[in-house]
Amino acid sequence: MAEMSSERRPQQRPLSPHLQVHRLHINMVMSILHRITGVVLYFGSLLLAWWMFAAAAGPDYFAFVNGLFATWLGAIVLIGYSWALIHHMLGGVRHFVWDTGSGLDIPTVDLMSWGTIILSVILTAGLWVYVAAERGWL
Amino acid sequence: MTMITPLKRARGLGSAKEGADHFVKQRLTAVANLILAPFLIWLIASVAGTNLANVKATLSHPLVATAFIVLVLSVAVHMRIGMQVVIEDYVHRDGVKMLLLLANTLFAFGVAATAIFAVLKLSFGA
Repeated sequence: MAEMSSERRPQQRPLSPHLQVHRLHINMVMSILHRITGVVLYFGSLLLAWWMFAAAAGPDYFAFVNGLFATWLGAIVLIGYSWALIHHMLGGVRHFVWDTGSGLDIPTVDLMSWGTIILSVILTAGLWVYVAAERGWL
Repeated sequence: MTMITPLKRARGLGSAKEGADHFVKQRLTAVANLILAPFLIWLIASVAGTNLANVKATLSHPLVATAFIVLVLSVAVHMRIGMQVVIEDYVHRDGVKMLLLLANTLFAFGVAATAIFAVLKLSFGA
C-alpha cells in the first residue's frame, strides 16, 4: 500500500537478554573489567595532568601535590591506577588477537582471561616492588 | 519538492556510517599506546617518590618529552572515543547525552593541553 505519511519511525527490533539472565563467566568479568579500568584511567588522567601541572607551577605547589600522592591513600590510588593501566593494556592485546579472528574458542578465551588477570597483578607488584627497592622504602 | 528537513529524513534510519572510522582510530591509538606503555611504566618508575629536580631533569630530556607528548595525544583521542561509546551505551536522553559528549571532548582536550603545556614548561622554562 502507499505510505500513510512520509514520517519514519524506528522499528521495534528484538532486544537481547540482559546481564541477570546469564551465568557469570570469566569472559563477562573481563569485558566489564576492561570497561571499568578504561573509565578509571579516563578520570585518572586528570590526576596525572594535575601532578604535571604542579611540577610546572613551581616547587611549593609541587611539594603539596607530591606530598598528597605520598600518603597511604595516594599510594593506593597510584597502585590502583597502574594496575588499571596494565590490565587495560593486556586486555587491549587480547582484543588485537581477537581482531585477527583467532583465539575466539572458549578454552583460549578462558586462558587469555586468567593470563591477563594474573599477569596484570604480577607486573603491577613487580613495578612497585622495584620502585620501593630503588627508593629504599623497603 | 519536499518540506522535510534532512535531519527529519535521517531520523530512524540507523547509523551515521562513521563506525568503521571509530574502530580504526581506536585501534590505531591503541597500537601507539601499546608501543609507548613500557615508556610510561619506565617513567613512573623513574619519577615516583622523587623530588622536583629529578622530575624536571627526567621530563626535559628531548626523547622523554617527545614520547610523552605523543603518548598524551594518542591517549586523549583513545579515551575520548572510549568514553563516547560508554556514554552512548548508557545515556539515552538526547539533551543529557549531547551535554555529556560535549563535556567528554572538552575533558580530553583539557587534560591533554594541561599535560603538554606542563612538559613544555618543564623543558623550556626556567
